[in-house]
Amino acid sequence: MRLDEDITTDSIAESHDDDASQVIESVAFDFGPGVSRRSFVQLLGAGIVISMTAGSPAAEAAPPASREGQRRGGGGGRGGAPINLGARIHIADDGTITILTGKVEGGQGARQQLTQAAAEELRIAPEHLRMIMADTDLVPDDGGTYGSQTTPRTVPAVRQACAAARDLLIALAAETWKMERGGIEVRDGAAVAINGAAGNGATSQSLAYSALIKADRASEAFKQAVPRDVQVFAVREWKVLGTPMPRPNRHDLVTGAHHYPSDIILPGMLYGKILRPPAFGAKLASIDLAPAQRQKDAVVVRDQSFVGVAATTTWQAKQALAELEKAAQWETPPHPSSSEIFEYLRQNAQGGIPANPHSDLMASAAKSLKAKYDIAYVQHAPMEPRTATAQWSDGKLTVWTATQRPFDVRRELANAFRIPEERVQVIIPDFGGGFGGKHTGECAIEASRLAQAAGKPVGLRWTRAEEFTWAAFRPAAAIDVEASLDDQGRITSWHFININSGQSSIASPYNIENKHSQYVESAPPLRHSSYRALAATANTFARECFMDELAHAAGIDPLGFRRQHLDAGSRLRGALEDAAVRFKWSERRAANAETEAGERHGVGLACGMEKGSFVAACAEVAVDVAQKSIRVLRITQTFDCGAITSPRNLMSQVQGAIVMGLGPALREEMIFKDGKMLNAAFKSYTVPRMSDVPEMDVHLLDRPDVPSAGAGETPLIAVRRPSATRSSMRRACACAACRCGWPSKLQVIAIGGGDNSVAAGK
Amino acid sequence: MPRFNAVITLRVNDQDVAVNSDLPAERSLLEALREDLHLTGTKYGCGEAQCGACTVLIDGKPAFSCVTTLAQAQGKSITTIEGLAKGEVLHPAQRAFADAEAFQCGYCSSGMIMAAAALLSRTTTPSDDEIVEAMDGHICRCCGYARIKQAVKDAAGLART
Repeated sequence: MRLDEDITTDSIAESHDDDASQVIESVAFDFGPGVSRRSFVQLLGAGIVISMTAGSPAAEAAPPASREGQRRGGGGGRGGAPINLGARIHIADDGTITILTGKVEGGQGARQQLTQAAAEELRIAPEHLRMIMADTDLVPDDGGTYGSQTTPRTVPAVRQACAAARDLLIALAAETWKMERGGIEVRDGAAVAINGAAGNGATSQSLAYSALIKADRASEAFKQAVPRDVQVFAVREWKVLGTPMPRPNRHDLVTGAHHYPSDIILPGMLYGKILRPPAFGAKLASIDLAPAQRQKDAVVVRDQSFVGVAATTTWQAKQALAELEKAAQWETPPHPSSSEIFEYLRQNAQGGIPANPHSDLMASAAKSLKAKYDIAYVQHAPMEPRTATAQWSDGKLTVWTATQRPFDVRRELANAFRIPEERVQVIIPDFGGGFGGKHTGECAIEASRLAQAAGKPVGLRWTRAEEFTWAAFRPAAAIDVEASLDDQGRITSWHFININSGQSSIASPYNIENKHSQYVESAPPLRHSSYRALAATANTFARECFMDELAHAAGIDPLGFRRQHLDAGSRLRGALEDAAVRFKWSERRAANAETEAGERHGVGLACGMEKGSFVAACAEVAVDVAQKSIRVLRITQTFDCGAITSPRNLMSQVQGAIVMGLGPALREEMIFKDGKMLNAAFKSYTVPRMSDVPEMDVHLLDRPDVPSAGAGETPLIAVRRPSATRSSMRRACACAACRCGWPSKLQVIAIGGGDNSVAAGK
Repeated sequence: MPRFNAVITLRVNDQDVAVNSDLPAERSLLEALREDLHLTGTKYGCGEAQCGACTVLIDGKPAFSCVTTLAQAQGKSITTIEGLAKGEVLHPAQRAFADAEAFQCGYCSSGMIMAAAALLSRTTTPSDDEIVEAMDGHICRCCGYARIKQAVKDAAGLART
């Protein structure tokens, strides 16, 4: 067991081409060289399998690296199949149909949505389908669950495979009945001869799928790949998709019966704790393990800078950890603090901050403006902190954990322990929230290292403080914007620089002749991660705030100013106008120009597009001048993500995204100093609660004529980095200045003073 | 120094159960429920009474099991999410949460439902303000508060019938 390199936090894992925008900073482990195979058939029973095959549309839903892996598995067929043959559908001899997917369920509704998709194409009641998600020994690699990709990629892949299965079942029925395929349809899990036209001695007009797969030809027929031209049902033929299907596991969620990853308990299992550095970047200089080792039943592990303990209960593990903490000596390097982070990020912009290529237009314009926006580091803070339960058996490692990238975490584990990926099984039970933050496998690796040393299964459950401190962060952003206006109030040039946080939505959707937008890396002091909508929140916030500045300078209403820079009939303008009408924008804006005693109201709006969907939000806020506090009174949001497949889940996603977005808009901000996180707790990092929820009017624009886009992220961007609420705030404050991108600064923005007032700093 | 009890007996979901008696009575009720009794429906969310995921009923009142010691729980009647239904019949709060789908990931649901059950035991006609007050100690990071609020109202309706 050796550890060749220190654990570092600066290695960027390779990511699939298609998903290059994902921010994935794995923690590098190498625990050196360290399995009976579970049979697919043992688990699912004998039956028939439809697999993803290279080149088929179903396979193309997976990233290229994964397709390569699938080729190893090869075809399909009845019984005796090799492990993980990329099976998409299994029809057991008893007729039980199982759908398999590498996607995970972290609350976003993929289990429900994919069940709907399969039920639609197989024409079978959803409750008769079983869905196995993210068990790397069983399921095809559908890529990570991120980037709003389940809807546009995995739903079609599942539909294609299920439609292919349906075609094969119809063909088998046609052969059995010796009639044309056109005379047969499927419904309720059976092939049915239309008009009872089964001919030539058929005694039944209906054959259940379970009966059809017993046909001699069945296993041969099912070996073929999913053909390219397989026809899925058109939107107008949908019977299950587009309807509000109940969540499949709702009963288990309300009875406590569902086992989340942190609920996995194995016989003889120990509970682990990891020694964390006292500050970011601190290196372990020395440690005396003896006091911890004297604790009852404690297994203490040191593998270079990795130090951990496992014991019979968490309480005992904590006592041993306390001994380790007392006995450890650290060397702590300097680390920038949150109070200076934006200056630090600007100073460390790689290659410097690019100059405005349109500076001549800025100089000659009727009006020109510049602004800087700062967006703080925030945490995902899912309700279930990182967790893993690891078990070694005959050299095979099995880990139950929560990650959005099961196959990549399998690879991380294989690399850390220098064993083949085939000896690692990663299982992801439906888990307690990810929001883009659970991409990497450090917790799985830590639990596995403890289990390896203990010779027993080990469960590791991170604490809330660990989650706040050692999970990766949504990157902070320093954004510089410049633009020029002509005397008609049209934007003539646009220069937009995002330092450090990313390029999602960095391109302005507005019609501007001379546009320059650029993302510049910095030297971030904290470990980065994706976050719901990635940098689209920061970029949309800065852009929409600045659009308000420009509108004000041009003397045009913010709504009218945006409209004149968007094509009539465009989806974004459609969403914006819909939201404005529902909100009664003009009426509320006029009303809110007046102030009330002690409290000033204001309205704001914002819009944006990301990952193929379009969103606009209007908000009304109240600012208590004396208390320097903000209440969001109401938000009206219109969202267009194409054809709606799961309306009930979609509404839940959009409402949740709006409220989640209010957190960083109003309060959330990680505060750190001297390498220590100062607010790593819910009492000091204050996420939205029920009392923060404004009146919400959400309108989902259904577009059956447009392919469905994912919807878990974009509904957040018009609120989060609250273009809407923040600009409302500024209007409420009659404050035309721009340094309002940061929650703590927001609290002390100067109130009043007319159009030329400037926001005060801290 | 921690006090060690010879035996710690708890009454959980109408059954007397013994928990690890080698450990001090300062150990949390949450840990004993999950690790000793395998009642994993009660969740860890923060360990400091800030998020409500660990909520159980102690003598009918909602309590954060993460900051409740075994010593404090001894001799009292504890109800966890696993013991809320009467056999196969779900508690109105459970039915309402399931029907309204007042969850995304559902990790907060046990605590939310226990808090709702406690509220309904006090009143079956809670006002909006009373609902917010009863639920505001509970965090849902999926931020499904709109449906949770509706589910509590629905549960009150079910409890009245």
